[in-house]
Amino acid sequence: MSGRDATHVLDSRRLRRGAFAGVLLRELRSYLITPVAWLFTVIFLLLAGALTFYLGGLFERGQADLQPFFQFHPWLYLVLVPALAMRLWAEERRSGTLELLLTLPIRPWEAVLAKFCAAWICVGVALALTFPMWLTIDYLGSPDNGAILAGYLGSLLLAGAFLAIGECVSALTRSQVIAFILTAAICFLLLMAGYPLVQEPLQALGWPALADALSELSLYVHFNAISRGVLDLHDLAYFILTIAFWLTACVIVLDTKRGA
Amino acid sequence: MIETTHLGKRYGTLQAVDDLNLRVAAGQVLGLLGPNGAGKSTSMRIIAGYLLPSSGSAHVCGHDVVRDPLAARRALGYLPEGAPSYGEMKVREFLLFVARVRGKGGIARSRRMDEIIALLQLEPVLERTIETLSKGFRRRVCLAQALLHDPPALILDEPTDGLDPNQQSEVHALIRDMARDRAIILCTHALNEVSTVCNRVAILADGRLRAQGTPAELEAQSRYHGAVSFHAPASALLRELLARLPEVDEVEIDSADGRVTVLPRAGAHILGEVQRMLDAQGIKVDELQLERGRLDEVFRRITGHVAPAKAA
Repeated sequence: MSGRDATHVLDSRRLRRGAFAGVLLRELRSYLITPVAWLFTVIFLLLAGALTFYLGGLFERGQADLQPFFQFHPWLYLVLVPALAMRLWAEERRSGTLELLLTLPIRPWEAVLAKFCAAWICVGVALALTFPMWLTIDYLGSPDNGAILAGYLGSLLLAGAFLAIGECVSALTRSQVIAFILTAAICFLLLMAGYPLVQEPLQALGWPALADALSELSLYVHFNAISRGVLDLHDLAYFILTIAFWLTACVIVLDTKRGA
Repeated sequence: MIETTHLGKRYGTLQAVDDLNLRVAAGQVLGLLGPNGAGKSTSMRIIAGYLLPSSGSAHVCGHDVVRDPLAARRALGYLPEGAPSYGEMKVREFLLFVARVRGKGGIARSRRMDEIIALLQLEPVLERTIETLSKGFRRRVCLAQALLHDPPALILDEPTDGLDPNQQSEVHALIRDMARDRAIILCTHALNEVSTVCNRVAILADGRLRAQGTPAELEAQSRYHGAVSFHAPASALLRELLARLPEVDEVEIDSADGRVTVLPRAGAHILGEVQRMLDAQGIKVDELQLERGRLDEVFRRITGHVAPAKAA
């Protein structure tokens, strides 16, 4: 037995990477063989294009930037990302594979992170496939490529934040419908936290402190700052912390459901 | 080795598992019996690390399942109740996934995969999607997953549910074969499985351990232990004569096939007595059968569905 234990210690680094990589690859593969990822990508590309040209007036503005393209991303993600995230844990809980996964030698946070990364890669690929937009603008004028890159980064971070929220909510329930609706609602409130929609009721209720705190938490404010090309450490940290917060919450939810 | 010490699990006001002490050493197959809701699966889930205990502790090969969960899980192969697996995956992909998460790489992985695939006869379905498979195949795929890392301890929750009799006896042979150097817990509703593969039995009811011993010891608790049965033309006279024998407790005559079963008082041996009486009366019977006892009757009595035997 002790020999066996010694090899476990020696191999533990490799083993853990194996567990993380195993779940990551399984998730990515399941995106490929189920229609979810394809549907997500196609709808995202169609809607992103349509909104940019028809509502955003990319050509009519006469400016060589991708503002009209990025400004619709929060609203696209609001519908599409909860749909991608809702199955992450709810489906495992419903089909019983959660028991299988959580009794394999993998730490809950590794599983949470692996699922998050797989979903984020999926969104990242969809986002990357909008590159013809960039090429078009680059061909028509001479845009600030740094600002566009920042826009892409902001968009990816926003999607990551939505995904982290969605993954956490998905761990709460076995119903994907509930996970979808709840995630969309939370994302919407966090997007709007800095705007009158959320601020006015709070002021009217006499909670200005809460209103101030929430306005700091507004995803939209931070997204806008980055997507305008102002890459501030403050905004980056905000997204990273938001993602870390919700992923940690997800681990806690999974642990609590085990009856801690 | 699998061990639980004062293990308890509480859901709100419901005590699902209560002060459970089990100890299964290498070479032992413990059959865990109990009605639905007795706490079998809950206890197994705690040992496997899926649920956390409310009190007490559980160890797999010396590793505490709460304090050292990864080491405990590496030492354990677990077939959860209902044999869940990822339906959208192919059988080969699924097994590769489990092997990868379990940290088996390269040549060792492919050799072990081949062994397991041959052992559970999964060859014909390797490239098929799991959700298109029959219940029997799906159970064997999940069983394969539990054996992939050649664990020293095994928990199998209803491993033969949904298998046909041939497949059942193959899985039984497999379990007996693996039992030589492993500690195995087998949850089951099939009592014949217990006498076929288990060398120890534990009966749970309402979260508590109600009885524990070898299958023979439990059978000895049965009212039918030492009972004598035979086929004879049923008659009121025969029943009367048998019932009058001093060591006989009760006479049962099966109304369907006319088989007569004579139950002894506790601890009594009645075979000779019955035989002498039948000879003396000149009653011809096919053959006298001495019963070992009936597990199903012991099970029902212990789990509270039948009044205790009169003599007990």
